[in-house]
Amino acid sequence: MSKMRYSRRTILKGGVATAAATAFPAPMVWAQEIKDVTLRQFGTGVSNLNDVAQKVKEDLGFTLEMTALDSDSVTQRAATQPDSFDIADIEYWICKKVWPTGNLQAMDVSKIKNYDKIVGIFKSGKLTPESEIAQGTAPHTVGFIPEPGAKTFADEQTNWMTLIPTIYNADTLGIRPDLIGRPIDTWAELLNPEFKGKASILDISSIGIMDMAMVCEAMGEIQYGDKGNMTREEIDKTFAIFTEAKQNGQFRAFWKTFDESVNLMASGEVVIQSMWSPAITAVKSRGIPCVYQPLKEGYRSWGGGIGLSSSLSGIELDAAYEYINWYLSGWVGGYLMRQGYYSAVPETSKDFMSENEWGYWFEGKEATDIITSPTGDKLAEAGETRDGGSFEERMGAVACWNAVMDENQYMVRKWNEFIAA
Amino acid sequence: MTEVVREVTLPGPVDAPRRKSMGAGLIGWLQAMPLVLVLVFFLLAPIVMIVIVSFWGATEFSIYPDFQLDNYAFLFGSDVTYRVFFATFKYAAITWALTLAIGFTVAYFLAFHVRSQSMQIALFLLCTIPFWTSNIIRMISWIPFLGRNGIANSTLIEWGLIEQPLEWLLYSDFSVILAFVHLYTLFMVVPIFNTTMRIDPVLLEAARDNGASGFQSLVHVILPLTKPGIMIGTIFVVTLVMGDFITVRFMSGSQRANVGRLISNDISLLQYPSAAATAVILLITVLMVIGILLRFVNIRKEL
Repeated sequence: MSKMRYSRRTILKGGVATAAATAFPAPMVWAQEIKDVTLRQFGTGVSNLNDVAQKVKEDLGFTLEMTALDSDSVTQRAATQPDSFDIADIEYWICKKVWPTGNLQAMDVSKIKNYDKIVGIFKSGKLTPESEIAQGTAPHTVGFIPEPGAKTFADEQTNWMTLIPTIYNADTLGIRPDLIGRPIDTWAELLNPEFKGKASILDISSIGIMDMAMVCEAMGEIQYGDKGNMTREEIDKTFAIFTEAKQNGQFRAFWKTFDESVNLMASGEVVIQSMWSPAITAVKSRGIPCVYQPLKEGYRSWGGGIGLSSSLSGIELDAAYEYINWYLSGWVGGYLMRQGYYSAVPETSKDFMSENEWGYWFEGKEATDIITSPTGDKLAEAGETRDGGSFEERMGAVACWNAVMDENQYMVRKWNEFIAA
Repeated sequence: MTEVVREVTLPGPVDAPRRKSMGAGLIGWLQAMPLVLVLVFFLLAPIVMIVIVSFWGATEFSIYPDFQLDNYAFLFGSDVTYRVFFATFKYAAITWALTLAIGFTVAYFLAFHVRSQSMQIALFLLCTIPFWTSNIIRMISWIPFLGRNGIANSTLIEWGLIEQPLEWLLYSDFSVILAFVHLYTLFMVVPIFNTTMRIDPVLLEAARDNGASGFQSLVHVILPLTKPGIMIGTIFVVTLVMGDFITVRFMSGSQRANVGRLISNDISLLQYPSAAATAVILLITVLMVIGILLRFVNIRKEL
């Protein structure tokens, strides 16, 4: 396989070597050749959508092969199989883990057309100049490197970006309001004995630990110095609380993939659990009530971006830049925002959404008409508002980012024990 | 496996001194070579690799060559390991007992109660029909059936047998073992059926002529003669259950763990050396179990 790729690449390079060297601003020159390019992208299910690959073929002409995996597998693949992908669609905490392997190459910011319009969270770390930076692996802390080839991150914005931010969101607990029948407003409810045997948490250690920390802090059991970088004692205490809850039968199941979380919720096996936004959408589109409950302690947030494999070069690298610029130009953003995510460049996405959709998803306004998902399922009636409100309200209330800690290996072993307990 | 190799290579060393020629010995070795190579590359080498890696160290995202006992120290130092190994044995033992009971009954019925051979074959093929779909599908299809609002619970409530849905039907040891039994009973049926088919009917007639009751001839004639089949089935079921991880994960909703899950968790978190160490211990454990089983029956002699 890789041999075939190589020979094809070599031929391509030979044919367009001179053109490719100078041609980036003039796509016409190699429009024919780029049609033969295939970029292999892999990432979590959230943004690896076949619709995107189809649209790329239509708009840009080249082929994008998508592989969707769970977060752990994504990390593993990015860290150990650099030749198996051209584009890695990963989260920022994964970037912190994978960047030092040297499997990814930094991107030249000056080639990114919409760079100036990317929201502040990914550049300075602040949504607005007054915002406070949340705990955890905030995207801007691993978003830049001082110079190409560097294996450490830069403290401020530079010309070399590790990941081009694509999507992000603020996560919270999903609930079944019809089965709970009373208001829920704190993370502590996850361990409320009232929901014994009907709660769930996700079995992905680096994300699960953050949800646990939000719960323990909300219960008033633990005061963390930094939830995104716990000490061993904090980790021990957190797991002690959750192990006890597990042994008392608090949890119905743990989930690892998106589909599992949807099925647990839709079947009524679980009424409160950690959940991702489109999973709520998926449950709702089956006609089952499900709320992405805003909680007073704030959100656990995450962000993803596209990274380039270090083996990418020549016309394929140019195609990758083309793809990134296209990604930020609005169509994908609109597509993802209509699922409940946010685009890194919201203003370009606005052109690809109706006024009603923009108002509902981004501004937190009442829907003026039926809101449908990109696949056409009805998600909300006219008059309904989005759980959690507007972009600023939601992203402004982020309590922590998904993170990898210094004590990660210790935490992972503890996590393994927790699962086996 | 190694037994086979030795047998094939025998002609070499034995023949060589008699004929006083190096040629025959060489030919013997050459004849055995293909099998030796296959076993070295696909059996021995991977195991050696796993053993070596089990002494390596790991960082967040990479592994580095080293000779350290940390992985084993952590493994033996954690009480989770013992609990998980105990759970693995528990699953294996219960699944074995149930598959044996069902498998023997089915094989007995097929061999002694079904008269015509074509009927026997037809019924036997019937047993294999579920195996035309994938393992995972057969397993997952239990989930909607056993769920809180699943078919089993709603039927029982409708019949008035229970008031509240039974929570333990799904995401419990019960559902894990149910899936195991469902998945692996055929591995018991096939070898037992095979051996029962080869029992000479004359022996049963002789037993009856000598006044043995049906039960007596079952215990004293049929059972001893099917022992090799039972043993082969046992080895299949025990090794399959002890090495499994996906059934436990899905059917227990990640609430229970066996050794396979410990390994798969480690791998997914890039902790290959620790996974390798666990795998080595599991391998030794399984080999010991099989060693003990083989003491009861000499399979090679019986077959």
